[in-house]
Amino acid sequence: MRIALFATCIVDAMYPRVAQATVEILERLGHEVVFPAGQACCGQMHVNSGYFPEALPVVANHVRTFESGFDTGEYEVAVAPSGSCVASVKHQHALVADWAVEHGVKGADSTLAARADAVGARTYELAQLLTDVLGVADAAAQLGSYLPGTITYHPSCHGMRLLHLGDRQRSLLASVEGLEVVDLPEAEQCCGFGGTFSIKNADVSSAMLADKVANICGTGAGACAGGDASCLMHIGGGLHREKRTTPSGRPVRTVHLAEVLASTREKPLTIDGELALAGTPGGAR
Amino acid sequence: MSTVSLGMPALPPRGFGNISETEPFPSYARRELQNDQLRANLRHATHTIRDKRLRVVSELPDWEELREAGSAIKAEAMERLPELLAQFEEQFTARGGTVHWARDAAEANRIVEGLVRATGSSEVVKVKSMATQEIGLNEYLEERGIAAFETDLAELIVQLGHDKPSHILVPAIHRNRTEIRDIFLREMPGVDPELTDEPRRLAMAARAHLRRKFLSAKVAISGANFGIAETGTLGVVESEGNGRMCLTLPETLITVMGIEKVLPRAEDLGVFMQLLPRSSTGERMNPYTSLWTGSTPGDGPKDVHVVLLDNGRTRALADRHGRSALHCIRCSACMNVCPVYERAGGHAYGSTYPGPIGAILSPLLTGVEAEENKSLPYASSLCGACFDACPVKINIPEILVHLRGEDVEARHSRPGARRLPSQFDLAMAGASWAMSDGARMGLLERGLPLGKAAAGRDGVISKLPGLGAGWTQSRDIPAPPAESFRAQWAKRAKNSADPHGIKEGEGK
Repeated sequence: MRIALFATCIVDAMYPRVAQATVEILERLGHEVVFPAGQACCGQMHVNSGYFPEALPVVANHVRTFESGFDTGEYEVAVAPSGSCVASVKHQHALVADWAVEHGVKGADSTLAARADAVGARTYELAQLLTDVLGVADAAAQLGSYLPGTITYHPSCHGMRLLHLGDRQRSLLASVEGLEVVDLPEAEQCCGFGGTFSIKNADVSSAMLADKVANICGTGAGACAGGDASCLMHIGGGLHREKRTTPSGRPVRTVHLAEVLASTREKPLTIDGELALAGTPGGAR
Repeated sequence: MSTVSLGMPALPPRGFGNISETEPFPSYARRELQNDQLRANLRHATHTIRDKRLRVVSELPDWEELREAGSAIKAEAMERLPELLAQFEEQFTARGGTVHWARDAAEANRIVEGLVRATGSSEVVKVKSMATQEIGLNEYLEERGIAAFETDLAELIVQLGHDKPSHILVPAIHRNRTEIRDIFLREMPGVDPELTDEPRRLAMAARAHLRRKFLSAKVAISGANFGIAETGTLGVVESEGNGRMCLTLPETLITVMGIEKVLPRAEDLGVFMQLLPRSSTGERMNPYTSLWTGSTPGDGPKDVHVVLLDNGRTRALADRHGRSALHCIRCSACMNVCPVYERAGGHAYGSTYPGPIGAILSPLLTGVEAEENKSLPYASSLCGACFDACPVKINIPEILVHLRGEDVEARHSRPGARRLPSQFDLAMAGASWAMSDGARMGLLERGLPLGKAAAGRDGVISKLPGLGAGWTQSRDIPAPPAESFRAQWAKRAKNSADPHGIKEGEGK
């Protein structure tokens, strides 16, 4: 199958390795990955901050960019390594399009909402695509995923509540050879990122983050995995600021689901040249 | 807007009373976050109710269908509101009751005062009521020499403590039992000076205090959980039985009910009496449900009144994106699951209605352009836990986003407003320009090495200026990579000899 990668703005600019890992996994399964060059951002930051006029061109660009490839048959589905951005594509794009028509915005396109829904219907979050479309149930057997160590898992709000990902991400992680997934207490509590919420209500956001960081460190795991780079940047930023370390003295990190799945015996996931979960219980040194 | 023919003015009235921010949410919340005792109390209470709710909700195989049914009945009630209210009035009147209409808090307070004065009494007992909290009835009556005694235990604690409720179901959630004992010792006439903070002893002291009030009161004031249009029946759902004492013992009963509480049919209660107790207290069934229809000679209050309160509700109803906030049955499930409420507490929201529902309901009642409640729509990380928990499926996150849009629009179009865009406005406009075109994004991303250079030796940025300062108060930000994915992909496409194009050790 030909699959369009929507890298999302934060992965594109801040975490290219997450996009690389996504490509790696899909190609390992024998699929061809296409990167529509016009893509930029899903517009979620603008929508969630109430800046609908500013969101409109961002949304329109996304819809235009991805629908052309669907129309020409260049690719069949689109995938993003982010539950939050996929939820935005599926749930917010048509809302913004409707808003523009309702408010008589100059040049508002009355077909945009339906086109946005059509793009949304063919857009998948990574674990959703792997599980529901590509039939991956055992990452070790089907992807050769290997990462020795202990990890905990934070299910991000939008993947969990808007996309109903359920245990898709977690069970993919659990099927990685050598990897033990330990439960995160209060896993379903928001990490406190919330886009511009973390700036506008920085104090409440920080209090939420502090609890998330404490819960992660309480598990003793070497890293916290998740499916949203933005939440992971927030959590990782808190872990780094508090200089949180594992019992063996290594910094506690955040890693993206895609990076973990892309890790193999031949080329295991490394951070600063070391095995990502080195030194954690069960981890190889 | 759709014009509601209730004799109301064409422009729906704004809500007044205790439904406005007292100060912007972020600064109030910052202060409340310093209070470790408050946070511990809130955490304990919300987690206890949250877990109980999850247990009893998971028992019902048809919970989702019940939520759908509740949502559909409420949507129907909102659609037929004028007709249902007229029917309610007709039925209520036919059974010996009197209906009063109040456009806003001031009008409702005046009506209630007049009704109390007509009885010659200067004391009233009250069953816990959100509507009377909303209009500030107690304070209004007190200023005019009428003493209103709250009889719900938690409301009593709040009242005696000269405090405000901070949760709609557990108004004294922010108090622990030692604080409660101290309040009782200080404020309760004739209390045992040896009173301990044992919950049973505290409840006994309150009970003795309240009995004296029940036996002497001639007038009671209640709210209403439901008003049935078909029969003119009012209903109150409560846990302690103090409400039932109020509803049955006095001679005059005055109910203040928001117009959105009307339900078409008596059988609709079958849905809500399952949804409400499980969502609010985590109980399968609540201890006391009182329903009354008019007055009956020789049984219960002789004189029965209802004040139908608008106070911004038609304004909310006119907002087609926000009107489902009026479906709220005041169960507080959204508060108990909200991570923001759990940290900031109810007082930070300023309004009688705190938590996620308050963050949408208060601005909808007053109008966002009214400035009163403009920080509330932002008091959420949009995590969606409230939507999941809501028994009538109010899409709170979506309404929050809608209200943010209204706020931004109002701010940008307000006459005489500061014409200079804010730093945030500029950031949003700049990001919109960059993020609506892949080529522009690519061009900007060539500046990533600058960010890398700005990072410290440990590869992170620990202090950002301006808007970013909020971020770096508690979090580091990783140094950006030397190259965006877009740029890497372009190189890979050029160099097809390398089919994967993934360099080892990239990033981090």
